[in-house]
Amino acid sequence: MAQEASWTLDLPMTDLKKTKLHAKHIALGAKMVPFAGYDMPVQYPMGVLKEHLFTREKAGLFDVSHMGQCFITAHDGTFESAAKALETLVPASLLDLAPGQQRYSQLLGEDGGILDDLMITRLGFAGQTHRLYLVVNAGCKEADFAHIEANLPKGAAIDYKDDVLSLLALQGPKAVDVLAQLNPAIRDMVFMSSIDIPLTQTIWAHVSRSGYTGEDGFEISIKHDDVGEITDMLLASPDVEMIGLGARDSLRLEAGLCLYGHDIDTNVSPIEAGLFWSIQKHRRSADAGYKGAARVAADIADKSTKRLVGIKPEGRAPAREHTQIQDMDGNIIGEITSGGFGPTAGGPVAMGYVARKFAKAGTPIQLIVRGKARAAKVVKMPFVPHRYYRG
Amino acid sequence: MSIYYTQDHEWIKVEGDSAAVGISPYAAKALGDVVFVELPDVGAEFGKGDEAAVVESVKAASEVYSPVTGTVTEVNAALEEAPETVNASPEGEGWFLKLTLSDASELDGLMDAAKYKAFCEDL
Repeated sequence: MAQEASWTLDLPMTDLKKTKLHAKHIALGAKMVPFAGYDMPVQYPMGVLKEHLFTREKAGLFDVSHMGQCFITAHDGTFESAAKALETLVPASLLDLAPGQQRYSQLLGEDGGILDDLMITRLGFAGQTHRLYLVVNAGCKEADFAHIEANLPKGAAIDYKDDVLSLLALQGPKAVDVLAQLNPAIRDMVFMSSIDIPLTQTIWAHVSRSGYTGEDGFEISIKHDDVGEITDMLLASPDVEMIGLGARDSLRLEAGLCLYGHDIDTNVSPIEAGLFWSIQKHRRSADAGYKGAARVAADIADKSTKRLVGIKPEGRAPAREHTQIQDMDGNIIGEITSGGFGPTAGGPVAMGYVARKFAKAGTPIQLIVRGKARAAKVVKMPFVPHRYYRG
Repeated sequence: MSIYYTQDHEWIKVEGDSAAVGISPYAAKALGDVVFVELPDVGAEFGKGDEAAVVESVKAASEVYSPVTGTVTEVNAALEEAPETVNASPEGEGWFLKLTLSDASELDGLMDAAKYKAFCEDL
């Protein structure tokens, strides 16, 4: 029996970086794997399947400290200048962000290809509302920081905070009750908002009501020195278990959320990737003033480009990344970019790119799994309904 | 009846000139929860080391190799609806396939239970 490597972005085993919770993962019995240059927990003794189901039923705690955290600040100290500067690099509208508001967007290259996807927040804390806070993917962070530094217009600057800040994600229906025990203020937050609050008498955190599992939940940005103590406090609840990267991947796939380096990369535009919704109306024209705007506008107008779609294989066989997609006549129309078994969906789920005329939900297609054509259908995502808290 | 193991963690239980094949408890544990098993057609012929079946966990697909040369006489169709049986009973109800042995001398190159136990302890 031979197992295929399923974790890309692997680097040599030497010189792997460690998060501040590394010893904790080992103590909890995690299986560690190289991921984006870090030695990270792929699963704990519970196993991927049960970790996934536990998160959807209770609350999963994820160490996502490998992700990149940074701030954008304008030299003139105004929010407008910082927002205008970053608006030259991402399609999302930022000038209209209220203090504490968070938005999903992408860093685009000149040709409109996706360099990375990211979360952008206008800080809500008094005296800090002029600053933008960014969370980017671990595997892209060095390139992202260099890209931002090189291309950010004069008058604004980037501060990296990886050397200071850890990041936790607490995801699942019990997340709100667990975190409210540390500070009840989090109950009033809605999806994609953030606050800066104390979690103990001495530990402050930046908390956003967001995540990447499709569940209600929170991301907690916290100083390296404090992350161990907060982790222990959260894990003290019987409703919380540490969850690894394996379940993180199956959870985000069921939620229909893109994974950089798999579903999106420099070869695709946000429109092809189905991220039209993340580009506000006044940012959809070729002269919107950001890198890649011409491609975005062209791909909106051109109905012939490929599209990322949800795919439900019939039967039980999972269709993995790089599985060929054919139409019913056997013509190649695309490729799976993420695929596996969805524990909550109770069967195989996938996403992949198809030629635009096959993108309509309900379209029958075939997946070539180990040489055999298997029936599948294009479906609407998510595979499992989102349960975000919108108030 | 004798049981032998491969370095790839398949087991083969031999009775006369026929044998059952599956994956070891060590392999089942390492894979984690099995969510899909793809079995060959009855009548398929395999050489020693050929890919005979596929077993999938949530996160990856793994090949199962035929420990010996032979022809498939029966497959465990119950695994299609209940792949979790592989975790629950890897050396019992979680068997994959049965085959006729073409060359019993191929068994000499495999490990017996004691050798395999020692082999796993060294991994």
